[in-house]
Amino acid sequence: MNSSTGITHQTPPPISLYLKVWLALFILSTFSYMVDYLQLQGMLRWGLIISFMLLKASLIVSIFMHVFWERWALIGSLIAVPTLLISLIILMAIEADFIHLNRLLFFAH
Amino acid sequence: MASVNNSSNSSVWQEISTDFSGDQRVFQLSWGKTMMWMFLLGDVFVFSCLLISYMSVRITTTAEWPNSADVFSLTIGTQTVPLLLIAIMTFILITSSGTMAIAVNYAFQDKLRRSQFLILATALLGLSFVGMQALEWSKLIHEGVRPWSNPMGASQFGACFFLITGFHGLHVSIGVIYLLLLAKKLSNNHRQKPENRLSANAVEIAGLYWHFVDLVWVFIFALFYLW
Repeated sequence: MNSSTGITHQTPPPISLYLKVWLALFILSTFSYMVDYLQLQGMLRWGLIISFMLLKASLIVSIFMHVFWERWALIGSLIAVPTLLISLIILMAIEADFIHLNRLLFFAH
Repeated sequence: MASVNNSSNSSVWQEISTDFSGDQRVFQLSWGKTMMWMFLLGDVFVFSCLLISYMSVRITTTAEWPNSADVFSLTIGTQTVPLLLIAIMTFILITSSGTMAIAVNYAFQDKLRRSQFLILATALLGLSFVGMQALEWSKLIHEGVRPWSNPMGASQFGACFFLITGFHGLHVSIGVIYLLLLAKKLSNNHRQKPENRLSANAVEIAGLYWHFVDLVWVFIFALFYLW
């Protein structure tokens, strides 16, 4: 077996690393809760919510799920496949906007 | 072989092409771990379908979408705090992810007793999460929210809420059962024949599932509750 295969064949990272990530997740969750509590609106709100969400997601995937220690063949497959979903999100958003417009036009009277 | 952490940009692509083109297994992982990743990748698509449908119906509806900060508020004494129960659920799930990560770490250090204890703690936290979700469901059902109607505005709100949180809650419940079975097997581990013993790998695979459940909640929390 190759020596750089996953976390199994290396010395496991110190527990303090997990505690730090845990603390970071706590702080980020508090921040995203504060966004709602302080009633921030508009682009600021969506920008903050999305960035805190992505930061938390990447911390969980890279450290807790050990992806940081995996080989690039796995990392690439895990990133590439869900990335295709962005096109589905864009298509559905465009179509939903169109339907909404039609409903406003034809349901109004 | 290039190592993951200090590889420059060109050796990243070199490593990917070597792994995929060589006459060998592409993913140099145990079959169990590979299959768990494949399952999770499939689950990514299931949850994306639910969340993207939620986006669609929320954009298309002409009725007013209920304000989640008010719908999910909790009144303590005289003060009403928005989203309090959801915030507590979020912190509980993050904590359970933390205990699970440390359980995997102890399993790799061969400290199975500690690992088993932390797995049980994780299952307990997961169970309390499901309990709070049941509380939230009964509160909304009591207020008249149904999968097909909603007295507070857009009827699609009910459908999205019950489907998305229900499917996530099902994952948490299955995860709790998974973790309890794992802890039971670990406690019998020393009495097993060496070839039947669980390795740290089995704990890591269970950890992957549990962290994924936490990961999905990160998206649900942001997109459904905060949006």
